[in-house]
Amino acid sequence: MNVKIKATLAGVAAALAFASAPATADTRDYISIVGSSTVYPFATTVAERFGRSSSNPTPKIESTGSGGGMKLFCAGVGTQHPDITNASRRMKKSEFVQCQENGVKDITEVVVGYDGIVFANSAKGKHMDVTLRDLFLALAKEVPDPKGGEKLVANPYKTWKEVNPALPNIKIEVLGPPPTSGTRDAFNELAIEGGCKTFSWLKDMKKQDKSKYKAICRSIREDGAYVEAGENDNLIVQKLEKNPDAFGVFGFSFLDQNRGKVQGANVGGVEPTFDSIASGDYPVSRSLYFYVKKAHVGVVPGIKGYVKEFSSEKAWGPEGYLAEKGMIPLGDDLRKDMAKQARGLKSMTGEEDLH
Amino acid sequence: MSKTTEQVRKSLGKRYRAEKRFKAYGIAAIGFGLMALVLLFTDIIGKGHSAFFESYVQMDVTFDQDTLDIMDLRDEEELNFANYDGLIRDALMEKFPGVEGRQEKRELYGLISTGAGYMLRDMLREDRDLIGQTRTLWLLADDDVDVYVKAGDNDRLESRLSDNQRKWIETFEAEDKLELQWNRSLFTHGDSREPEQAGIWGAVTGSFFTMIVTLLLSFPIGVAAAIYLEEFAPKNKFTDFIEVNINNLAAVPSIIFGLLGLAVIIGLFGMPRSVPLVGGIVLTLMTLPTIIISSRAAIKAVPPSIRQAAMGLGASNMQVVLHHVLPLALPGMLTGAIIGMAQALGETAPLLMIGMVAFIVDVPGGPLDPSTVLPVQIYLWADSPEQSFVALTSAAIMVLLSFLIAMNTLAVFLRKRLERRW
Repeated sequence: MNVKIKATLAGVAAALAFASAPATADTRDYISIVGSSTVYPFATTVAERFGRSSSNPTPKIESTGSGGGMKLFCAGVGTQHPDITNASRRMKKSEFVQCQENGVKDITEVVVGYDGIVFANSAKGKHMDVTLRDLFLALAKEVPDPKGGEKLVANPYKTWKEVNPALPNIKIEVLGPPPTSGTRDAFNELAIEGGCKTFSWLKDMKKQDKSKYKAICRSIREDGAYVEAGENDNLIVQKLEKNPDAFGVFGFSFLDQNRGKVQGANVGGVEPTFDSIASGDYPVSRSLYFYVKKAHVGVVPGIKGYVKEFSSEKAWGPEGYLAEKGMIPLGDDLRKDMAKQARGLKSMTGEEDLH
Repeated sequence: MSKTTEQVRKSLGKRYRAEKRFKAYGIAAIGFGLMALVLLFTDIIGKGHSAFFESYVQMDVTFDQDTLDIMDLRDEEELNFANYDGLIRDALMEKFPGVEGRQEKRELYGLISTGAGYMLRDMLREDRDLIGQTRTLWLLADDDVDVYVKAGDNDRLESRLSDNQRKWIETFEAEDKLELQWNRSLFTHGDSREPEQAGIWGAVTGSFFTMIVTLLLSFPIGVAAAIYLEEFAPKNKFTDFIEVNINNLAAVPSIIFGLLGLAVIIGLFGMPRSVPLVGGIVLTLMTLPTIIISSRAAIKAVPPSIRQAAMGLGASNMQVVLHHVLPLALPGMLTGAIIGMAQALGETAPLLMIGMVAFIVDVPGGPLDPSTVLPVQIYLWADSPEQSFVALTSAAIMVLLSFLIAMNTLAVFLRKRLERRW
């Protein structure tokens, strides 16, 4: 009996020794970044350039989604926690409080640029000109009764022409991201809710019954007209190419990278272009952020250098390499202010307009 | 003729037909499987084969000290950060004089990959006498150029390139100074944001370290557990309970092991995220049941007569196991281990939780460096906006598949070669 147990124990002991040895090593010489998958392509570009043009190792970037990134970022101070988190939306009040409670006191917020969400179809198809109202009527789960009256019915529209006589007579078929995606959140909030608000009685509902308003104005129909195509925007582009009647919802960078294959529909009369998103004319766009943990500056080498690289003109400027990757730069003044704020590592006060 | 014979004869045709149908079902099932396989392979190879080659353009580059802005050639630091892109810009301007205006110049500079500058840097580091000399070099082209060059005539219309850029490329093509070369960076580099510089070597080494950790932990533990359960453990409720649990674990979704790793190994023991060591431990938990079950099957297959003979000659329990049962069961155990490892090699879900889904440029040097693994690299590339990543994704899948095929072939080979029959 003794002998048999010995063999098993020896194996377990070896495993434990192996596992516990490095637990003491708590220094880290590379920057650890987490967060949004929308910011990921831009942050990785900066990280790669930073790694190559400095003596620091290339930062490690995990694509965890904005919410997941905040959770990791706010978990505490110490090298086992990330130094920077990217987000495709602003830090929430609750997340700020969470950070404070866990000792992450000083956080620097940096707005890096904008991302537009485009509504696009194959370049072979007809170019569309839709309004937010059209998008709401075509894609929401419940819409105001077409016969009139302040009543909601299950979305009866089958073709774009039924939604708006000015639109072509093709079947409504939209490929878009699933509910877990930040792009979907932003699309629901900016496009669907934006269209929903154009009905005054629905807008009034916001004051009376906020949760009901949200349920109506941020829902997407589930009868097959909206197809959840997974988080892979490349796949959506490939499917659009094969089906000229279908439309897709994805980030501007994919439209930019696949110019010639797909075309972006005008929304509210505005074409999704670099300039229209930067100026704020294009209605479906959002800001991109990253947050720096000040307590780690000086502990983990290179954080200041990375922030400097990100906020340099050659990166986030209108002619910079991030613009080439499809990120839409901030306006000139705002960019200058932001660069100063980023390099000076200005702390958030908690007085900002967080939600 | 008796009545029974008559009946049998009558039903004979029907039975033959039934048998034929039965066979046909089987063939149809196999055919379906093969067809799915062929479809998968044609799709992947069709998309991915082009990624093994990439476009280079030939140009005369002068290593001009002024452009490089280097004062002291012996200064490593200066050599590192010199303006190598400037050399390429000069070369391009020389080739296409008359290009003016910011936009047009940007388009021209955009033809060459940012990686070409690093190539020049490495050349100069090797041989400092290059300063002042002019060399005819093949420079890596940008990924958009690469997509354009590889596209058929129809697809070329859809390219992102501007009319100017198309014109320049046609000049290169006409002079025979544009060619597809073997994609070296694919097998030597880590990940990159620029498709033409991205490689899978970082992911391959990451997978290698992860697999080593998994093998070192799971094989000894799995075999020890199997030997104990099979040879020594008493048959009672408790061992039954353990057995049921092992079989259960084999069916647990792998993401659960990732959550466990996150909570215990990273949370409790404070080990770093994104390292192969943690990945290996998590995958160990996942592969253990497979190894234990297959090892037990291998031990069971050793005939009891061998044990009895050894016992009869006075061997102790341990001697019976170590000298007779284990050597005979080892081929089966190895096969099980290799299949378990192949399964672990293709796994992404548990690694999501422990931070191995990450952008890692530097090729890891050991199990404690942050790294990613092959299937994760595939996942990350599949989600990237640049068109070239579509081909790269398929190329990476081909590499992963060849590793899996190699491992499974090894398992079959070992089984054929070492297995004994009684």
